[in-house]
Amino acid sequence: MSEHVDLGRRKLLTATTAATGAIGAGLAVSPFLASWKPSARAKALGAPVEIDISRMDVGSMIKVEWRGKPVWVVRRTPEMLADLGAHDPLLLDPASDGSKQPEFAKNPARAQKPEYFVVLGVCTHLGCSPISKFAIGEVEAGWPGGFYCPCHGSKFDLSGRVFKGVPAPKNLEVPPYAFVGDGKIVVGAEGAQAA
Amino acid sequence: MASTEPNNAAQKGGLSGWINARFPLDKMLREHVTEYYAPKNFNVWYYFGALALFVLVLQLVTGIFLTMNYKPSAADAFGAVEYIMRDVEWGWLIRYLHSTGASAFFIVVYLHMFRALMYGSYKAPRELLWLLGMGIYLVLMAEAFMGYLLPWGNMSFWGAQVIVSLFGTIPVVGDGLVEWIRGDYYISDITLNRFFALHVVALPFVLVGLVVAHILALHEVGSNNPDGVEIKKTKGADGKPLDGIPFHPYYTVKDLFGLGVFLTLFSAIVFFKPDGWGLFLEAPNFEPANPMQTPPHIAPVWYFTPFYAILRAVPSFFGTQIWGVLAMFGAIVMLALMPWLDKSPVKSIRYRGPISKLALGIFVVTFVMLGYLGLKPSTGIYPLLARVFTVIYFAYFLLMPWWSRMDSTKPVPERVTYDAH
Repeated sequence: MSEHVDLGRRKLLTATTAATGAIGAGLAVSPFLASWKPSARAKALGAPVEIDISRMDVGSMIKVEWRGKPVWVVRRTPEMLADLGAHDPLLLDPASDGSKQPEFAKNPARAQKPEYFVVLGVCTHLGCSPISKFAIGEVEAGWPGGFYCPCHGSKFDLSGRVFKGVPAPKNLEVPPYAFVGDGKIVVGAEGAQAA
Repeated sequence: MASTEPNNAAQKGGLSGWINARFPLDKMLREHVTEYYAPKNFNVWYYFGALALFVLVLQLVTGIFLTMNYKPSAADAFGAVEYIMRDVEWGWLIRYLHSTGASAFFIVVYLHMFRALMYGSYKAPRELLWLLGMGIYLVLMAEAFMGYLLPWGNMSFWGAQVIVSLFGTIPVVGDGLVEWIRGDYYISDITLNRFFALHVVALPFVLVGLVVAHILALHEVGSNNPDGVEIKKTKGADGKPLDGIPFHPYYTVKDLFGLGVFLTLFSAIVFFKPDGWGLFLEAPNFEPANPMQTPPHIAPVWYFTPFYAILRAVPSFFGTQIWGVLAMFGAIVMLALMPWLDKSPVKSIRYRGPISKLALGIFVVTFVMLGYLGLKPSTGIYPLLARVFTVIYFAYFLLMPWWSRMDSTKPVPERVTYDAH
């Protein structure tokens, strides 16, 4: 045996072994990271829900749970609908260009049928659930009626469109939904836009 | 022979000798307790490190006992806490010690940090000590946040909803990241279960590890003191600092006295005002989590409110609200940068000029005001005030390289100022 040590060779072997080990360690981490993703059961529980709107009074609102989030259905009065165009300059995104909704709801009423407003009751700021404040002047002078978020003071009109100067950056999200049969809405159904 | 030190314990006989031949027990006790020389001029501000250590142990012990009766599931959690409060013998005491202990932890840590700001304890050679402390502070906040979800009250739920959503503001990956943290489409049983694992297993390990590193770093560089004088510079013939006294028995006795005062106040809260006037335990948390109903007024626990006020103060622009989130985390980063922002040639406030004193005073008022505003609804004058104080908060740090250099200084003595009692 020679006493000679090939340091270059030793360095190369050490570096390649360390690199291979590091890749292996990185791959070994991935199952643990992936275990944090929604499980098969959590995904199954995120299925569409059906809402009965046949007995809703004009001006009333119902809340339904879908994927653990509140979905609101508001049956708007003709006065509410008439007022929707009256405060566009105060809104951040009046035409809903930068907001999330199905294509059929990209209009001032943000609905398929203007009378029935279906929206996720989740503030686009940090996910609190805003409170309905339908009466004119209920939140502040000149308040046209809408929703007010108690967490950080974001304000939305009766189409869920966000007012300027509040933390929320977008209008309330309209989920995919479809009218089915007699006075029923299915929320979360894939392809609902086509219905 | 293993060692050539004088007083070599390994040479002693008996049990002590047997142990010390195999484990450096006496050596460690000397280095960290009986021959750790701390400046003799410590004042009342030097109680809070030891008190924080005590509260850490209190939280670990009460926490272990709470897990024996708690159930980390959405169906059982709220009921389990009620069960602990009503049916478990002394369960109410163990739980109130833990919930009050959480707030006490932040009180002593904030006072401990303020002490460092006052006496320049973050300055060289203690930068790493300060950063380890900031690490402890961050882990403590994560620990408190995850612990607050466990009672599964309505404020638990919505507090977690808001904080987890912070990560959703990150462009592109935000939504997926939030889903990954929650493990679901909302804060659910799955989220509660993993927060429990992090709160009782993972984070306590990290916390204890950081605390050990913090103390080791402290004992390496030595404690600062109210004069900001390095006692290691003036050593006697025996090589010991002339202004230093052994940690034990001098400061163990002093800290035990401080512990007595602390426990008197702490017990008064635990036994007579365990909800801390609605600040330690918030009213909406006495009803179970309800994903359909945000409490009418949502506010985090008091120790988060200064940063929460900063979060709310920044409006969204360019179609994203990430700016508020960045400002909030930036506010903590500012604190971590203290060693490099402060250009003053002296450490202690005692030898600084009027600008430093005024700036520190303004900073304290700003921090307290932000804490107050974070508890208040975001209406009327409050959002404007929050914006003003947010600007002052950042100005304190970002302008520090200039004002700390401009300020006049007084000559720092060679030795600590000390009157024998």
